Amino acid sequence: MINYIIRRFFYAIPILIGVNLLTFALFFVVNTPDDMARMNLGMKRVTPEAMEKWKHERGYDKPLVFNGGAAGSEKFTDTIFYDKSVKLFVFEFGQSDSGRDITYDIKQRMWPSLVVALPILLIGLLTNITFALLVAFFRATYIDFWGVVLCVTLMSISSLFYIIGGQYLVGKLWHLVPISGYEEGFDALKFVVLPVMVGVASGIGSGIRWYRTIFLEEMGKDYVRTARAKGLSESLVLFRHVLKNAMIPILTGVVVILPLLFMGNLVLESFFGIPGLGSYTIDAINMQDFAIVRSMVFLGSILYILGLLLTDISYTLVDPRVKLA
Amino acid sequence: MTDILLQVENLKTWFGSGAGAVRAVDGVSFEIKRGETFALLGESGCGKSVTSLSIMRLLSQPAGQVVGGRALLEGQDLLRLPEVKMRDVRGGRVAMIFQEPMTSLNPVLTVGEQICESLRRHRGLKGEKAQAALLELLDAVGIPDPRQRALEYPHQLSGGMKQRIMISIALAGEPELLIADEPTTALDVTIQAQILELLRTLQKERGMSIMLITHDLGVVAELADRVAVMYAGQIVEQASVREFFNAPQHPYSRKLFDSLPDINKRKSKLAIIAGSVPNLGQEFKGCRFADRCELAWQTCRDVEPVWQISDEGRGIRCHLYDAQLLSGRPVSQVAPVVVEEEVVPEKANQQISLLEINNLKVHYPIHKGLFKRRVGQVHAVDGVSFNIETGRTLALVGESGCGKTTAGKAILQLIRPTAGTVYFQGTSLNDLRGESLRKRRADFQIIFQDPYSSMNPRMRVADIIEEGMTALGVEVSRQSRQARVDELLTQVGLSPSMKYRYPHEFSGGQRQRICIARALAVNPKLIVCDEPTSALDVSVQAQILNLLKRLQDELGLSYLFITHNLSVVAYLAHEVAVMYLGRIVERGTVEEVLQNPRHPYTQALLAAVPVPDPDSRREISPLKGDMPSPIHPPAGCHFHPRCPHAMPICHDIYPGETVLSDKHRVHCHLYQDSAC
Amino acid sequence: MTTKKIIGSVTLVFVAASVLLVFAVSFLPVKFVVLWTDVLIFILCAMCMGFAAYASQHEHLRAPWREVARDRVGVIAVVFLSAYLVIGLLDSVHFRMPLPDVKQSTEQQYSNDVLSVLDWMATPVREGVEKSYSAPFAAHLYVKETVDLPDGSKVRLYPRLQHGGAHLNNPEQERSGDILNTSLSSIFEGMVVWAVLTVLLISWLARRHHRPVSEMFGLVMRGRTEIPWHVILLATAILILFAMLAMNLSGKYHIFGTDKVGQDTFYQTLKSIRTGLVIGTLTTLVMLPFAILAGIAAGYFRGLADDVIQYVYTTLSSIPGVLLIAAAILMLQVYMATHPELFETAAARADLRLLFLCIILGVTSWTGLCRLLRGEAMKLREMDYIQAAVAFGVGHFKIIGRHILPNVMHIVLISIVLDFSSLVLAEAVLSYVGVGVDPTMNSWGNMINSARLEMAREPIVWWPLLAAFIFMFVLVLSANLFADAVRDAFDPRLRRSGLRACL
Repeated sequence: MINYIIRRFFYAIPILIGVNLLTFALFFVVNTPDDMARMNLGMKRVTPEAMEKWKHERGYDKPLVFNGGAAGSEKFTDTIFYDKSVKLFVFEFGQSDSGRDITYDIKQRMWPSLVVALPILLIGLLTNITFALLVAFFRATYIDFWGVVLCVTLMSISSLFYIIGGQYLVGKLWHLVPISGYEEGFDALKFVVLPVMVGVASGIGSGIRWYRTIFLEEMGKDYVRTARAKGLSESLVLFRHVLKNAMIPILTGVVVILPLLFMGNLVLESFFGIPGLGSYTIDAINMQDFAIVRSMVFLGSILYILGLLLTDISYTLVDPRVKLA
Repeated sequence: MTDILLQVENLKTWFGSGAGAVRAVDGVSFEIKRGETFALLGESGCGKSVTSLSIMRLLSQPAGQVVGGRALLEGQDLLRLPEVKMRDVRGGRVAMIFQEPMTSLNPVLTVGEQICESLRRHRGLKGEKAQAALLELLDAVGIPDPRQRALEYPHQLSGGMKQRIMISIALAGEPELLIADEPTTALDVTIQAQILELLRTLQKERGMSIMLITHDLGVVAELADRVAVMYAGQIVEQASVREFFNAPQHPYSRKLFDSLPDINKRKSKLAIIAGSVPNLGQEFKGCRFADRCELAWQTCRDVEPVWQISDEGRGIRCHLYDAQLLSGRPVSQVAPVVVEEEVVPEKANQQISLLEINNLKVHYPIHKGLFKRRVGQVHAVDGVSFNIETGRTLALVGESGCGKTTAGKAILQLIRPTAGTVYFQGTSLNDLRGESLRKRRADFQIIFQDPYSSMNPRMRVADIIEEGMTALGVEVSRQSRQARVDELLTQVGLSPSMKYRYPHEFSGGQRQRICIARALAVNPKLIVCDEPTSALDVSVQAQILNLLKRLQDELGLSYLFITHNLSVVAYLAHEVAVMYLGRIVERGTVEEVLQNPRHPYTQALLAAVPVPDPDSRREISPLKGDMPSPIHPPAGCHFHPRCPHAMPICHDIYPGETVLSDKHRVHCHLYQDSAC
Repeated sequence: MTTKKIIGSVTLVFVAASVLLVFAVSFLPVKFVVLWTDVLIFILCAMCMGFAAYASQHEHLRAPWREVARDRVGVIAVVFLSAYLVIGLLDSVHFRMPLPDVKQSTEQQYSNDVLSVLDWMATPVREGVEKSYSAPFAAHLYVKETVDLPDGSKVRLYPRLQHGGAHLNNPEQERSGDILNTSLSSIFEGMVVWAVLTVLLISWLARRHHRPVSEMFGLVMRGRTEIPWHVILLATAILILFAMLAMNLSGKYHIFGTDKVGQDTFYQTLKSIRTGLVIGTLTTLVMLPFAILAGIAAGYFRGLADDVIQYVYTTLSSIPGVLLIAAAILMLQVYMATHPELFETAAARADLRLLFLCIILGVTSWTGLCRLLRGEAMKLREMDYIQAAVAFGVGHFKIIGRHILPNVMHIVLISIVLDFSSLVLAEAVLSYVGVGVDPTMNSWGNMINSARLEMAREPIVWWPLLAAFIFMFVLVLSANLFADAVRDAFDPRLRRSGLRACL
């Protein structure tokens, strides 16, 4: 087991290096730091001095990958690549273009993101599975048909509509909860209820349909016939045999995104004013703060790869056929 | 009356609705007595499985509907029982086992849990009591170390073991009737013999009835008391097994016997049933078999035969046994047409060696650990040597997993051998690479087992046959290629007009003919036939075997015939090589090996084949255990853990070759001394 | 109809279209502008037609499509999708109007505004710009303005609109009557058009099946035809009615109101259709060659090729999609801002950004298909018919082209139609995030984004939101239903999962 985890960990390294190089190319090669400086200082009438100052303040005035002017190992370490990309591996995200400490911001903001995203995941999972089981139980009847029609309709609605509709109805018309905002501690609850509801609602259509497909696929298998031939009732067949097998793809699909919950939901957070990593990213995009976006890209990849690792481990826990080797 | 357990009357199960509904089961009636084994015999698609699923009410709901009839279990109609009550019957009074033990068990529950489910459901056993009953059951179905096995998951068990578990699940409810739907079809012969033996013992001990569904006359002879033959949704003949095997009456039953290959028919063609099973999506006017029956006359096509029961209690559905109608039969046809026993002369041995295999090895590495180190290898083929002469057939026989298919592919260089040499007409194929190998490929071709996956579904027959010719430049112009396609189709017994159709429009037998035509297109000298008939019904198998034999005579082809079916070997092959765990354990001419087998494995294999003759029911004990994994073959002789004659030396040293005659060789310590 | 006839008619259409195009280019007094996405759209259309002509000759390709055509829900979806498609195509032929010859110069001067055929057809709506917000069907502005009365005094009131309902003397009393009248006459016109279409269709069917027209009529109306024509006719009727209503009413009113700068919302919504379609289709088109090539190569050749391709797609897919898109678009923005000289017109600039958005979306979404194809190719290479081809010495690339590619095309098709709707939805979200299409381009995302800022206004300005959501919803729903029908017809394994399997 430990051996396996270590091996998977080593596999992750080349991928992270790839991500790192890719982001470096995207952020520093496609456009030079000069372009960024000019963009940030306003396009017109930018003096070279102002640009130099802007670059120097943010450490963009070094050579990209090789510093011929420096001595010894600094030929490589005193470069943008080393400062801005290599240091990401040790979670040194550095400073944002506006001068804030990114690592501090991330530590502050990941918890509100989790507070919103985790309930969405759990409640959504529960609702979706329940309804999908119901639809699968009544397969090939009108309940199934209209259930699927409803699902397709729900998933054809833009997620923005759920947000705006929810804010309008619950927040503005009925005045049940504040439209947006966030507070620490238990006060967070009243701010979190609406985004969670909206988040669950917008995923319900595709979720139910997806799980229904999984259930139906399992129900067509031979072992289900064996279970019926034992004289088990349909609900026992469904819960004991089908659900247990279907949980393998469902659970592992969930585990992949578990670490990513810290990244938060971009749109939801910014609409509801949740000070999480999602809205942090959006603000950065709108302010064209490249340092933050770059950090978030790398952080996202790390969390995703962590998710893959967790998935592999969870397979071995839920599926007796899979052995770690 | 009390000794009748299940009585099925006029059962009808249709798929779909309206005029085009497929009448999969169309008026089936039979009865099963207490304690007897009743066999339902028929070829694929005849409705035998649907019959059993209808009785159990396990049909997948929207598709299949029971539209009529009754199934009385001691007077209680199962088809009209409320579902809740039916659940008590299912797995309780009537239990069922299925064909595919691999997929029929729930992969995420331990086998113990799956058996206990049934124990609790039907016998209300829990906790300690259930545990005791579980161990008793596992013991009864012959599972060694039951306490340990109960905690294992299905994937940890072999196919034979899984089928034993399935049987123990069925037995858990102490059923009065056990429905066994092709219980041994997916298993190897030695395992099949074990399972049949088990079923026989269990029935004797428990006095339950068995409804056996099978396509295999041998299995029927082995196990059944009475047999009903199904054809196109109806039962056409019913008799006690002894009567049936002594004198089958229905023309279809007789044909089934005639089309079985065996060593005595070597010199003649096998009987075939012309045409194919009629489409069941129609209403029938006359006899369903009329179009394929050589004895049919006009009445057969106009009047549907009725079910008649003779004085001895045999039932038949055929106008030939209806005195009234038979009198109206045209005189010219009264004498049954005897199939021309066309004597095929055996070609004189030319003794020109075509293919020589020496010490062929195919090993697959297994990677494991932190850096994917090579920790071991699968010894799929582990030192195989033989040779094939022109115009002759060598059969490579063995159970699944013994490496025979891998050996065939390695000879064709579809898989590159790890070691050893393959000489084809004096050229070493192993040393050929790229273009030079490509040029030689016309000389050796392959026919596959599954006629459904061996043709690209997106290509037309003409393009499929033409592919090889184009690739190897056999015929240069397009026109001559097309002419050759026509010629080939005629040669394999199809019409040239079929060449613009797609594979899905053909039946399994026709597809296999097309595959043969495709292989012939490049004028090969050797064809590797990889189980070409094992996916086909017996009557269709006979057609293909006849065709292969005819082509060998006409074209002087050599075959490497890979199979597990010994009766096919007896009919077709000149020489036999028996493989076990990647090595050939015995080889020789077909007479030597099949009639005087020397290796204990060959003997066991031959003994395990069920013979279609109820009088020869054997009282031999089947081979024990399963074939070991080719990753860790046993030390010494690979066969020693299962061998009844194992000696101390067998545990340590792999036996060398003992020459018994000009062709007959065996690898066994029993014969080492005599050779020395 | 024989395949030759079909090919003949397709060729005829092609020839006619090109003749028309040549005529238009040479004689019409406009300057045609060919945007990048236009080119790609027309290439895509040509590919679809070519595929249709090819498929009609091959039974195994035709059969699943017939299955789709038999699916009632599927054909309704097709009818609605084609309506969107027509609008999108009309909006994809761009030109610049000639300017009136003021300077008497020898060379004709052209306007800087790039117009499309749709713009030209909707000229009154396009040019009927008000001052600011106005509600649907309103005759007055939504905001109070200080108006100078003729007597010199100033009053704050809701001023009349310059275009919406301008023909009414007394809007309060006449408006509902006028709307009702126009609607009724539109419905009548629509019925007439529909009746003509129905008659044409039925007589064509009657000729094709060699039956009398009256009998064919009965068959069609009772739904006894193979293709459910009655359902198609019903959907067409609904569509024509809406089209007529919209056409006639939008000439007199702003049926979906106007936005902050007084532009007609209905017109904006129509213009957004093209953006949605482009993103939904071109993205897949852009990524398709990579996904197919890489996926099949990895699955077929295994070994080193497999390792490299797997590494590439694992790396790409490990970056959260939105972030990769955001990063790439940010960089694009910088690049475009620092190189303004590359773009001739604002439209060309917005168009190029749209194209890049498609490419970037493609880069982030090809990995899924690639993985699928890799798995399938791995399964196929072990198939007996490929082994047989190897035994014939057929080369690798021929095997891929002849045996593997045709047998994975259904997966490709299914993923194209499945991706379409999620891409349309993604556009809105991305535009909201600020990394979508150019802010000057009409798109549902931009409409929602700008209307969202007015959410706090009392009373609320709801119509741009609603218009965008409705149009988007109908498109996505049709696409989803169509995708279901296609998947049911093409994927033998999933045949049980779709809508039709329920009944």
